[in-house]
Amino acid sequence: MSTVGTQPEGEQERGAGSIGLKPEGRMPAGAVVAPGTEQSEGAQLARRLGAEVQGRAWLRRGLEQFGLALFVFALGVFLSLYSPYFLTGVNMSAVFVTMSFIAIIAVGQLMVIITAGIDLSVSSIVALSGVLSAYLVVYEHTGIALGMLIGVLSGGAVGVINGVLITQVKLPPFIATLATLSAILGVTELMVNGQPVGAPPAFDVLGAGKLGPVPWAIIVMVLVAVAGWFILARTTLGRCIYAIGSNYQAARLSGIAVNRVLMTVYVVQGLLAGLSGVIVASRVLTGDPAAGTNYNLDAIAAVVIGGGSLFGGEGTVFGAMVGALLMELISNGSDLLNISTFWQDVILGVVIVVAIAYDQVRRRALARR
Amino acid sequence: MTTSDLTEKPYAVEMLGIRRHFPGVDALKGVDFKVKAGEIHGLAGENGAGKSTLMKILAGAEHKDSGRILLKGQEVEISQPADALAHGISTVYQETSLAPHLSVAENLFLGRWPKRAGTVVDWRRLVKDAQAVLDRIGIDLPLRTPVNRLTIAQQQLAEIARALSHDASVLILDEPTSALADSEVSALFSVLRDLKRQGMSVILISHELDEFLELCDRISVMRDGQLVGERAASETNVVELVRMMVGRTLTEMYPKISVPIGDELLRVEGLRVRGRSRPVSFSVRAGEIVGFAGLLGAGRTSLMQAIVGAVPIDGGKVYVRGKAVRAHSPDHAIRSGIGYLTDDRRRTGLAGVLGVRSNLTLASLPQLSRSGVIKRRKETQVASDMVEALRIVTPSLNQPVALLSGGNQQKTVLGRWLVADVDVLILDQPTRGIDVGAKLEIYHIINNLAKAGKALVLVSDYLPELLGMSDRVIVMREGGTIAEFSREEATQEAILLAASGHPPRANGHEETGENYYKTTEITKGAMS
Repeated sequence: MSTVGTQPEGEQERGAGSIGLKPEGRMPAGAVVAPGTEQSEGAQLARRLGAEVQGRAWLRRGLEQFGLALFVFALGVFLSLYSPYFLTGVNMSAVFVTMSFIAIIAVGQLMVIITAGIDLSVSSIVALSGVLSAYLVVYEHTGIALGMLIGVLSGGAVGVINGVLITQVKLPPFIATLATLSAILGVTELMVNGQPVGAPPAFDVLGAGKLGPVPWAIIVMVLVAVAGWFILARTTLGRCIYAIGSNYQAARLSGIAVNRVLMTVYVVQGLLAGLSGVIVASRVLTGDPAAGTNYNLDAIAAVVIGGGSLFGGEGTVFGAMVGALLMELISNGSDLLNISTFWQDVILGVVIVVAIAYDQVRRRALARR
Repeated sequence: MTTSDLTEKPYAVEMLGIRRHFPGVDALKGVDFKVKAGEIHGLAGENGAGKSTLMKILAGAEHKDSGRILLKGQEVEISQPADALAHGISTVYQETSLAPHLSVAENLFLGRWPKRAGTVVDWRRLVKDAQAVLDRIGIDLPLRTPVNRLTIAQQQLAEIARALSHDASVLILDEPTSALADSEVSALFSVLRDLKRQGMSVILISHELDEFLELCDRISVMRDGQLVGERAASETNVVELVRMMVGRTLTEMYPKISVPIGDELLRVEGLRVRGRSRPVSFSVRAGEIVGFAGLLGAGRTSLMQAIVGAVPIDGGKVYVRGKAVRAHSPDHAIRSGIGYLTDDRRRTGLAGVLGVRSNLTLASLPQLSRSGVIKRRKETQVASDMVEALRIVTPSLNQPVALLSGGNQQKTVLGRWLVADVDVLILDQPTRGIDVGAKLEIYHIINNLAKAGKALVLVSDYLPELLGMSDRVIVMREGGTIAEFSREEATQEAILLAASGHPPRANGHEETGENYYKTTEITKGAMS
């Protein structure tokens, strides 16, 4: 990196700085324009204007992420005031365990959505992995750990299928995963003839078991979120995910192995959906082909409410987690306040519309610059 | 047409004391801008000078804070695009606004299709009317072809035809030629001259000053939100215009320096782009800048993309430092040391919502990471060094590049390849659509790359630039190379002749003989 080039006079400058324009006063004799004067008042103006924009961008970004978090916090305070039951350990634990089903999927869905893709097959993966792990434990006596592991891996296998359809067959992600959504649900139902599989009590380790006072499901969720954050914010894989979503062609022409990255993303999403499916099955001690019906849209909603853009290139794990928590609070709060589940669906719809509308307004404001 | 003739004519458009304030900047500081009927009026200025804002106000796409607009002496209120259209002001913007899946004819009358019995579209009349519009302005386009199958140049012409299908008396063109090859520019110019003869006022925004001098009757120059001067085209020259634009003198546009030519770095052998039958071979040595000329559609961009493995090939090999690139894909090409600056920064260059830092390091992530984890401090160091070296004007390294000016965006995509430190860099239209100052900066960067012993390929539609910067010029036509000129032999005439099928000491194609006159005509203009 440090040998980018030399200065016109043969001077060596540090690092990447060396190839560019010569700083003022170091022009070779033949040069006719003093570059020092090139960026006139206009450039200074642009710089000043830019600083102003940047200042507001900080505020905006802060409001975006913490505004939502603040809203969620306020909702929590509201619920704790209206229902004495809300802040109890039992309820809090239930809130976060239930949230984990969606949150784990949302981390994978976030990565997919940042690449400007979508994975609609997650609800079938949840069904497949839950049913398969319970089935293996009950009928094949594989032991609980192995059964669960295979359940999770089955999700990864579906991810491989999605990845191949998208990167090799070149299907749009929406179509590819819509197809697997249907096909994998069918496979799951065929396996158990559409009937739920009851699992032995010991199967509840992931869904109901605890490490000390903390349920395993919550620990798994936190680990997944931290890993997801690390991948997206700190690794080359994460950077490639953002770049592909922002501009696929630019990413490809910059030497990013786009197919490999997309493949990875869909496999990760499959594994996480598989993990979530196993946790759900473990929680209810049942491998149910009907499990996970809502998880598709819930996970997408969590990502989008948290600032992820369906156009790609944007989104954070923090945002997606807050989004998932908001959805869980709406559901839990409605139960506590005796609001019917039908109204919950309506409220969730309104929240999604508000979140997306806000995103659109922001986007248009950005485009107008 | 001489200036004295023009002074007799009334003003078609008068914009008086126009002011516009944006947060943090006075975009227009009381501009008086007047255009006569039957003239082509150039509006010059660097990016950010305010010319686009001024024209958007005239087109109703932007509000003015104060000032008056008079059309043929009558004061009018233009507060939205429909007002402007109703007053006969049509605008063709830089970005195409055609519906890509609809045919040319449908686009010409978008939303105003002739109907039968008030409900069903009358297709036959639509095509007939569309043909009438094209005939009137002298443009030839396939009317039933979907717009997305047209070349960019044809799309541009369709856009102009659509603007003129409203009964316009004032036509505003925002950089109409930035995507066009020279022959197409000359076709466009003859259309514009016809319109002028019909009494229309044409306002032209462009970065190509030679075009102004060739085409315009008068030229107004803006700088920092003010009109700094107005000149008759016959009484000014490029040097004066540039001085007015940048506020200083510019004596030499292309600061080519001579550097020692070293070993061969890039060799292309018999490369055949899929769907193009002709194999292409050439090589580039260290310190050498090889220019590629050709008309639009000559296959230059496809060839360059094939060299970096971005489009499929039917055969051939690419060697860097004598070693064959292992597989046909962009990541292998880059690992072998070939970089490709794309011809369209917005579509294929920038990751718009990502920051300046991420864009600068996008092609160098393997070098800037350990076991897949980005070395953040090193990345920031490399990126901020590059921002400083290329003087990319940005408030921070995290600024989304979509918010930067065109010149700074271009420097950012170019910086990406400087960070990657490739041996061979292919520059496809590196100065397209950026202002004079930024162009000069890019030329300096190219010179420094040559000096640093890189092998450079320069593709440009702008011949003075190609001639000014290249050591050799290779001319392409119909997917193959047709001629090669050394720096000494290369002239605009020779290149244009070759590009249109008349290479030196070779048989020209009879059917393209007509181009001969067109191309030489515009050459004269560009040379003057």
